[in-house]
Amino acid sequence: MTELSLHGLTKRFGGFTAVDDVTLDIPDGDFVCLLGPSGCGKTTLLRLIAGLETPSAGRIVLAGQDQSDVPTHKRGFGMVFQSLALFPHLSVIDNVAYPLALRGHDRADRHARAQELLDLVQLGGMGARRIHQLSGGQRQRVAIARGLAIDPAVFLLDEPLSALDANLREHMQVELRQLQQRLGVTTVVVTHDQKEALTMADTVIVMDGGRVQQMGAPMEVYRDPANAFVASFIGNSNLLPCTLTRDRTLEMSGVRMALSDADRVKCEPGPAMLSVRPEDVRITDAKGLPATVAFIRDLGESVQYVLDHQGTELTALFAPRDRPSAGLGDAVTLDFETGRRVVLAR
Amino acid sequence: MSAPQKATPGWLAAIPALALGIFFIVPFAIMLSVSVAHRVPGGFFEPGFELASYIRFLSAFFGSILVTSITISAAAAAICVTLAFPFTVFLAGMGRRAQTWILVILLSVLSLSEVIIGFSLSTLLSKTAGVGNLLAWLGILETSRAFTPSLFALLTGMCYLGFPYAVLVLYPPVSRLDPELGEAARTMGASPLRTFFGVTLPLLRAPVLGALVLVFVFTLGVYLLPQVLGRPQHWTLSVHITDQAIFQSNLPFAAAMAVLLLVVTLMLVGLTLLLGRDAGARQ
Repeated sequence: MTELSLHGLTKRFGGFTAVDDVTLDIPDGDFVCLLGPSGCGKTTLLRLIAGLETPSAGRIVLAGQDQSDVPTHKRGFGMVFQSLALFPHLSVIDNVAYPLALRGHDRADRHARAQELLDLVQLGGMGARRIHQLSGGQRQRVAIARGLAIDPAVFLLDEPLSALDANLREHMQVELRQLQQRLGVTTVVVTHDQKEALTMADTVIVMDGGRVQQMGAPMEVYRDPANAFVASFIGNSNLLPCTLTRDRTLEMSGVRMALSDADRVKCEPGPAMLSVRPEDVRITDAKGLPATVAFIRDLGESVQYVLDHQGTELTALFAPRDRPSAGLGDAVTLDFETGRRVVLAR
Repeated sequence: MSAPQKATPGWLAAIPALALGIFFIVPFAIMLSVSVAHRVPGGFFEPGFELASYIRFLSAFFGSILVTSITISAAAAAICVTLAFPFTVFLAGMGRRAQTWILVILLSVLSLSEVIIGFSLSTLLSKTAGVGNLLAWLGILETSRAFTPSLFALLTGMCYLGFPYAVLVLYPPVSRLDPELGEAARTMGASPLRTFFGVTLPLLRAPVLGALVLVFVFTLGVYLLPQVLGRPQHWTLSVHITDQAIFQSNLPFAAAMAVLLLVVTLMLVGLTLLLGRDAGARQ
């Protein structure tokens, strides 16, 4: 079993703590996305795993073996860099074969293996080309093939798709995911794009301020955010200040709202924050939260309502066939889907 | 594609063109004409066309001087760049402030003339006032000795002269090199030493060749250091050109030697660049 474990991993640069006491286990063959805003420490964490940074404290353990004192070049991990870091002085096939050359494979052997990998990333006929003759997507594939050349124990990717345009990027997300499932290699991808993380990952690790805010399956993190940061960072979320009473009732601006058992409460009674996804907002005739329709945006596959509740902006998303009759400027009352409400600490 | 509006007016090019014409092409033409002029023994020269000066060069004596000149300059260039390349790689890895200070110090070395460097080194390497005393005091040498004149002293002087230029040529490309390239090699299993020789050096092939050519050409023109720091057998063609022009008053022969030195230099530089390009494309 090649489980990757981090124990109290910390990295300080001078007075700044980039990665703060991170402890987690990544199961064998898992596809993990490290997700967070820029400066949250996700790239530093990846570089610590790769051995490109020395931890200030903590340990990295792979399959029971402590890796903390193993230099980068002896860890046997594959890595794809944000700049791709392909070698312009080598041909495509020699780039892919480079890690094999370092391990002393003879020319025929390493070219056969490199050709296999190029076929795998659909660049079979491109081996003789130079890097500057390839498009962005093709370079991406070369970098992935090179990272996989040595059958790495762990495959690390630092924002690998950030340089690609939107269409190609979505295509490559699917391709990378399928490739990983086929090979079963434990993979850690750094990204700041939550959609990318939700598309590819088995496990999403949301980071902020150098700390892990939440770790879990994508839909689990989406449905059940651990705190207000995760709720707002993963997908769109309406965050409403409210007060939680002892009998599981919410009070906000004079309106009382009873919670069901299916709703998730993650804080003590007192000042709290209600998180509701736009698709869980309803416009009703029954009593509820008063609001006015501030803007209606037709997005084709859905209709987005921007609603104003006493100065707080909420968004609601409807399927075209559920489009409410309320028009711009109308006063409406809002209700939230039972079981989809999450009450978080303020 | 329509021609874009130029930000620089074209006539500005006339200024460097004129300067190049007046200060480079015209003197070169004069030198060419002098090299084929007829020498008046004991006097000056009179216009004419004869290849006597060139033929005189085709002797074993001057041939060996040409080989000596090229060998000494090539050795100086090789030693200089071998030192300057790792130096620049380390320099580029330092903090901004340290880099600025070191570059300022290197630039200030450029203000020293060949004369100052030559005589400073000859003092420093002498028996009575030089490092010999220090080495004797440390017990490394039994008694102080002179290290000059010698090939070692000459090469030291030439390297001192060429080093700042080599660093200044190497610094921009080395500092622009994406550090992720070296890191990528390390994640793939290359030790730091292997990364240096397998990735850093080949990626910087062109600037390294550029630095080699620059120091080679630069030291080829040096005529004072061989006389101050070298023995007569280390006197380069530049020394003999000066000798012929100033002390022997044989301007046609000096001009002919200068033309030949120029031709041989151009051929060698062209060959180096050609070899560098081929190696880059073949791999």
